[in-house]
Amino acid sequence: MIAELGHFALALALAVALAQAVLPLVGAARRDATLVAVARPAALLQLLLVSLAFGALVHLYVVSDFSVANVAANSHQSKPLVYRISGTWGNHEGSLLLWAWILALFGAAVAAFGDNLPATFRARVLGVQALVGVGFLAFVLFTSNPFERLDPAPLEGRGLNPILQDPGLAMHPPMLYLGYVGFSTTFSFAIAGLLEGRIDPSWARWLRPWTLAAWTALTLGIALGSWWAYYELGWGGFWFWDPVENASFMPWLAGTALLHSAIVVEKRDTLKSWTILLAILTFALSLLGTFLVRSGVLTSVHAFASDPARGVFILALLVVAIGGALALYAWRAPSLQGGGMFAPVSREGALLLNNLLLATATATVLLGTLYPLALDVLGGPKISVGPPYFNATFVPLMVPVLVALPVGAVLAWKRGDLPAALGRLRFAAGASLALTLVALWLTDLRAGLALVGYALGAWAILGSLADPLGRALAGGPDPRRVARRLAGLPRATWAMVLAHVGLGVLVIGVTATSTAQSERILTLKPGESAEIAGYTVRLEGVGEVRGPNWIAQRATFGVSRAGAPVTEITSDKRFFVVERRPTTEAGIHTTLGRDLYFVLGDPAGDGAWTVRLYHNPLVVWIWGGAVLMALGGLLSLSDRRFRVGAPRPARGPLAVPAE
Amino acid sequence: MTPRTLLALLLAGALNAGAALAATSPDEILPDPALEARARALGKELRCLVCQNQSIDDSDAPLAKDLRRLVRERLVAGDSDARIRQELVARYGDFVLLEPPFKPATWALWIGPALVLLAGAALVATFLRRRPALPAEPELGPEERRALAALLPGEGRDRPA
Amino acid sequence: MSTRLEQPATARPLRRGWLYLLPVLAFAAVGVFLALGLGRDPQTLPSVLIDKPAPAFTLPPLAGRDERGLSRADLGGRPMLVNVFASWCVPCRIEHPVLEQLAREGVTIHAINYKDDPVDALSFLRTLGDPFERVGADRQGRAAIDWGVYGVPETFVIDRDGRIRYRHVGPLQPRDLEQTIRPLLEKLAR
Repeated sequence: MIAELGHFALALALAVALAQAVLPLVGAARRDATLVAVARPAALLQLLLVSLAFGALVHLYVVSDFSVANVAANSHQSKPLVYRISGTWGNHEGSLLLWAWILALFGAAVAAFGDNLPATFRARVLGVQALVGVGFLAFVLFTSNPFERLDPAPLEGRGLNPILQDPGLAMHPPMLYLGYVGFSTTFSFAIAGLLEGRIDPSWARWLRPWTLAAWTALTLGIALGSWWAYYELGWGGFWFWDPVENASFMPWLAGTALLHSAIVVEKRDTLKSWTILLAILTFALSLLGTFLVRSGVLTSVHAFASDPARGVFILALLVVAIGGALALYAWRAPSLQGGGMFAPVSREGALLLNNLLLATATATVLLGTLYPLALDVLGGPKISVGPPYFNATFVPLMVPVLVALPVGAVLAWKRGDLPAALGRLRFAAGASLALTLVALWLTDLRAGLALVGYALGAWAILGSLADPLGRALAGGPDPRRVARRLAGLPRATWAMVLAHVGLGVLVIGVTATSTAQSERILTLKPGESAEIAGYTVRLEGVGEVRGPNWIAQRATFGVSRAGAPVTEITSDKRFFVVERRPTTEAGIHTTLGRDLYFVLGDPAGDGAWTVRLYHNPLVVWIWGGAVLMALGGLLSLSDRRFRVGAPRPARGPLAVPAE
Repeated sequence: MTPRTLLALLLAGALNAGAALAATSPDEILPDPALEARARALGKELRCLVCQNQSIDDSDAPLAKDLRRLVRERLVAGDSDARIRQELVARYGDFVLLEPPFKPATWALWIGPALVLLAGAALVATFLRRRPALPAEPELGPEERRALAALLPGEGRDRPA
Repeated sequence: MSTRLEQPATARPLRRGWLYLLPVLAFAAVGVFLALGLGRDPQTLPSVLIDKPAPAFTLPPLAGRDERGLSRADLGGRPMLVNVFASWCVPCRIEHPVLEQLAREGVTIHAINYKDDPVDALSFLRTLGDPFERVGADRQGRAAIDWGVYGVPETFVIDRDGRIRYRHVGPLQPRDLEQTIRPLLEKLAR
């Protein structure tokens, strides 16, 4: 009953989406107010219907209704409730429904919060959003229906993959999709702008909150995925340049570029056609990512059970949506009026440089990801493009990005004074160098690369802080005045500083983990000890432990340093009884300065066990940095200037913001 | 499930269950730390052929273990890194190298990023050059300069607007 | 104030219309590649030893079967097959009748027993049949690596001169015999 209701709601949603796509767009072209007015209620209705469908599916999972094929294939009664719920999106059909739901969510959000948008424009945005929605809803209904029944219904489900029963992995898809799919809104804004034939600073201002929202979610989604891989996969790696990881990274890179170029459109009314193109390409990369995961075209640990038939549908969707968008771009973009000029050395110039580098980086990752496929299709040899390639091509591109980051943030608009800007940063530069040397001394220098990494990270942090601190201190050293000046800085300034600082923190974390990790692989008998990075690790014992649906061998490690006990760490080798599959849970002790990461291996005979001990310096800075970036995004979102169209009366002397 | 998939599953063992640990076991470790370091480095460059995008250093598939052992044997026998890579390529093709070699088939791959950067830079340069020159910044008179200094103490001319 | 700011002139937009066509054309190219890539298996690895002489190798006999092992010297003279199998390999069981059929037709099939316990391998052959002429026991899997083997079962077609002419990955099925193996063997026999 519920399944049928869900199915019906989905079909209705498709009908509504069709209406929402066709009517407002026609109405906008004909200036027909009635048709235009269809957009908002349609978007809200569509969200309601898709929510019903999604809610129905979640319900089916929660009650373990195995008469529904999807639930039977992907769930199991002994799964804890929270994982029964997250199992909803842990499979192809359910995750597509999540896609469609978030698509509808963003559409409804524009309908609900888009009061500042002119009616025709908003109608076009919602129309385009609905067009994409039609594609996905059709995809779900016609090829990937989660509500299909199974007759006879099995007594128990088949879906108990232990890896998926994990908090990090449960939250990773929704967060990632909020980001991925969120860029559909910027896409809709871009197409709507092209259709209107007019892109101006107000367009960019309207665009910003949506770009920020999607970008923030994607940042968190990728960070969650990376963190999960780190603690789950057992050797402390956090990024593997796997095709599906790249598929989420590319929209992030393009989205970051979009965020920055939209600022130029807003402030200076230039770089418009480039920004439109970026908005289209960012969403194109999202769709491409969806295609890569589900089509079986590329090898990946992440790939869903791949099915070329599904791949055809998504490819068709991709071609129609993006091909259409780019064709519209080729037709309309040349007539966009150019805007303000600027000198090469200026804030705009720096943002242009940012975009150039990020776009090249995106293209590089795309090239590396698709090249083996392209070569194979052309009849060439099979090759692998792995981490060594990306490290050699992507990393060098990030160097100028980081170097220019604090400088660009203090350059004036239109015509910047580079020497003066550098002068303001000289203290930050000196401090960066000093801290780099300290960091190298602390983490025991391994490579020249470490020097560069630490220096760049410190420079990004200190250079970004230099500007607001400099402005605050300009009124004199009186602490109250400093505090007042700091508080007077607009929220968006703080948001930018926070995000840039976060990036620096991330870079330092990556540098430390990549260059200064310690590893010991050895066999220990209970009672024996080993040394790693100044810690003494003693295998206290290995005992049997039972969990809700598993039995494990648990190793307990006592960790001490210079005789003083530090902590106790346990690592499990779990055997899931029903699935008959083993997993290993690493024991991790995290501090700001380092992770101790211990993994229990196989028994080595004679009561001894293989153990792998890792000391990962500053690894938590990686995700901490990402969280800081996301917080910057959220802070920027909360700046009211970007949300409300009607101006508020100023409360005091206006500090004109630089962003 | 196609025989191919079954095959891969059989060989990859418990790979999908996430038991994919960094897979070198203590019994594989060479006594000579320099050789062992080379073995680990090589291991990170060689692809596990039956896994999904993993190096033999990361994978606990049986074939990966065999290849790790082969690499170590060759290192102990005195082969250079290049020689070992060559041997494996002779058996499995360029696919086994995680860093694609630089040959005509991969020129586009390796030169691509630089080309994109140059093309982008050329576009930017064209964009910046095609515009009329910026009007010269108006010169401030001495009165105006004093007024400015009074309004913005300690700030240079380059105040972000 | 005695200065007068000039009106800022606006920049002419990039009017080269053809430049705006590049994105859609580039996308079309990507789309074509993706479409052609669908249905290809990214995991199948073609052998790099095709048309090259079989690698040098010497394998001891399978204990309990006979005293003859398998080495490169045994290859050549007439077209033949080399099958890589193991008793623990389920698809190998599935393809075994196909190999038996070929053996009955007079095709010479040698085997490399891959990383197997000799007792299990022997039992496998005794239960399912033994179509092989010579069997080499590759306990460590090293010879298989020399052949570029990355899974079991795999079957190689060797010509008169001891060159590898074809590799089949996965279990042989009757239609593979019809479509590929038999025609190839005939061709090599001429």
